[in-house]
Amino acid sequence: MLKGLELRNVVISHNDRRLVAIDITVAAGEVLSVMGPSGAGKSTLLAMITGNLAPEFRASGEVWLDGMNITDLPTHQRRVGILFQDDLLFPHLSVGANLAFGLRAGGSKQERAAKINEALREVDLEGYADRDPATLSGGQKARVALMRMLLAEPCVLLLDEAFSRLDTALRTQVRDLVFARARVRNLPVVMVTHDLEDAKAAGGTVFTIAPHED
Amino acid sequence: MPRLIALVPIVTLLAMLGPVVAGLWGTVLPAFGHLPVAGFDGPSLDALRMLATTPGIGAAARISVTTGLLATGISVLIVVLITGGWSGTPAFQVLERVLSPLLAVPHAAAAFGLAFLIAPSGWIVRLVSPGLTGWDRPPDVLILNDPYGLAMTAGLIIKEVPFLLLMTIAALGQVQQRRSLLVAQALGYGRLTGWLKAVFPRVYAQIRLPVYVVLAYSMSVVDVAVILGPTTPPPLSVLIVKWMGDPDLGMRLLAAAGALLQLALVVAALSVWRIGEFIVARIGLSWVIRGGRGRLDGAIRPLGLGAGALTAALIFAGLGGLLVWSFAGFWSFPNALPDSFSLRTWMRHGPDTGGAFGETFIVAMTATGLALMLVLGCLEAEHRSGRKITSRGLWLLYLPLLVPQTTFLPGLQTLLLGLGADVGRGPVIAAHLVFVLPYVFLSLGDPYRAWDGRNGVTAAALGASPNRVFWQVRLPMLTRPVLVAIAVGLSVSVGQYLPTLLIGGGRVSTLTTEAVALASGGDRRAIAVYGLAQTAAALVPFALALIIPALVWRNRRGLHA
Repeated sequence: MLKGLELRNVVISHNDRRLVAIDITVAAGEVLSVMGPSGAGKSTLLAMITGNLAPEFRASGEVWLDGMNITDLPTHQRRVGILFQDDLLFPHLSVGANLAFGLRAGGSKQERAAKINEALREVDLEGYADRDPATLSGGQKARVALMRMLLAEPCVLLLDEAFSRLDTALRTQVRDLVFARARVRNLPVVMVTHDLEDAKAAGGTVFTIAPHED
Repeated sequence: MPRLIALVPIVTLLAMLGPVVAGLWGTVLPAFGHLPVAGFDGPSLDALRMLATTPGIGAAARISVTTGLLATGISVLIVVLITGGWSGTPAFQVLERVLSPLLAVPHAAAAFGLAFLIAPSGWIVRLVSPGLTGWDRPPDVLILNDPYGLAMTAGLIIKEVPFLLLMTIAALGQVQQRRSLLVAQALGYGRLTGWLKAVFPRVYAQIRLPVYVVLAYSMSVVDVAVILGPTTPPPLSVLIVKWMGDPDLGMRLLAAAGALLQLALVVAALSVWRIGEFIVARIGLSWVIRGGRGRLDGAIRPLGLGAGALTAALIFAGLGGLLVWSFAGFWSFPNALPDSFSLRTWMRHGPDTGGAFGETFIVAMTATGLALMLVLGCLEAEHRSGRKITSRGLWLLYLPLLVPQTTFLPGLQTLLLGLGADVGRGPVIAAHLVFVLPYVFLSLGDPYRAWDGRNGVTAAALGASPNRVFWQVRLPMLTRPVLVAIAVGLSVSVGQYLPTLLIGGGRVSTLTTEAVALASGGDRRAIAVYGLAQTAAALVPFALALIIPALVWRNRRGLHA
């Protein structure tokens, strides 16, 4: 079985206009950077992988993850993790409850609490479980969002401009952390970005979506 | 489950439009002389002929049309002047805050309050007497129930201005008025003129349906007409209800014919309004092309603010009047305050309001609960299928509010009678649902759709099923708008007069039917108690909708935006 993400002859079009055509494999532990001007269809490609393509788009081709065809699966069964430029921590849940939401079901209450504490420790936020997410700093929120995603044990990590809201110093820090955590778990990563710095830091293949006249 | 949710929009449409269509059918048949229960077999034109020869029918129809057009026209004008002249200013924010809760005040309570103010023995006359007027007894002038329906028109305006203003504010968000206004002002236009020329056409396109609702409602309203409207003859809507209540079943044919006339009048008035829109648009365009920058803006702007403030002041003073009357002991004219205060009225009528309160509560909670389930189901189905409601769908949503109540409710009652179905609480709840559903939908639709869908994608990427996303992420995050929608539904139900009266067959007594029933008696103290109880029943849910989220989410700053 091939570990990793395969996009087989994926073509996404909008009103019969071809936006993206890609055929690529992202092996476990590798990072694919997707670049291109805004409106080119970068996020649309990620929406196709997560299974949230807006109805006005049409997609053909297949998405395979760890040797399984997930093209027609609903989002919650795909095991595709995604981080957006906003942390999107659920504002009605505490930091710990946000992590528990991500943590796969099963295990006793104590075991789950232990896993959550361990996750917080992994990103230097030990003792933050009872905090209101709104009281965290931008960098702290980004770290919680990352750990929440990883606790769901995804098989691929998608980054949709995930660092673009952070200022330069924080950006490097969070980016390094995300790549490091993904590498530890041997996850394939697809990163959409408009920043060449991000792509350089990732060090993997760069796929550029050409601008199209409109 | 997925298939079940796909059925919800259909069930919703049936619940909302079924009674309207059935009621129209039940009106059309007797109007053409077909009412087997009463021994009439149509078709015949007898009922319509009888209607045509009814004394005063022309005047009754005319009052319906004039009060409707006048109330709608003036309400729109006031809202346009307020919004055009003041939106984005602190004064506007104050007015918005003051007028929003007034939306919940039931029409009947607002009308009673106004009546207590403007009556010959009302507060306004008392305040200026005998100092300015020299009156030491109430003047013998017909202010309330005036033959032109002016008092009734005023009673409608004070309630429709808050409604249209809030609809307009909701529309402003979608038309980027700040930027348009900035451009217009940079080009040298005055605030009001710039707004009218650059923003108003787009805003009006958004509030057109609510304006039509106001027109149809104002033409066919019953409770406000009973309280403030003319009596010889009363507006057509009141005549219809009177005929429906006649023990002679044959009078139902006349009522049905009248109901059909009411529908024709509303359709005609809407057509006139539509033509007026074209004319205003034509005039407006030539006004735009002439390029005037608005020299009169400075003079006109205060009018808008003044009219808005007056609207709010009349409702508040009216409610204040109800409050004072409910505690008034002996109150001689022209004293501005009662000679003594007492709890006697509350002691006497308080227990009775309790029973009516319970009935009001049961009907309102059930209708609102059903509406909320259906609306959430519709919105979630819309979200999951990715199909947005079309403009045609929006028309369907407004349809129960556009067909005059006095046209389809009598038919619905006649139909229920013919089926041998029992009148009473169940049918009343179903009838309330017809009016509660659209308002709950309109209240919840925008915040539901405005919810950041990436939250859903994130939750799904974390492995949460669509149902779990709905219950554990979306609903909790939307606590506030859901509670507001519940409050809207409750207040709409609390204020319903005609559905309760007609479909309840006189056996369902809510605060509103009891209050309006007191109108002819003239016992101001009793009216005040019921009017206040009715207002409280409609307003308290709104207060709770603000307080509950603040308490539940007191430790969640992200939900206090």
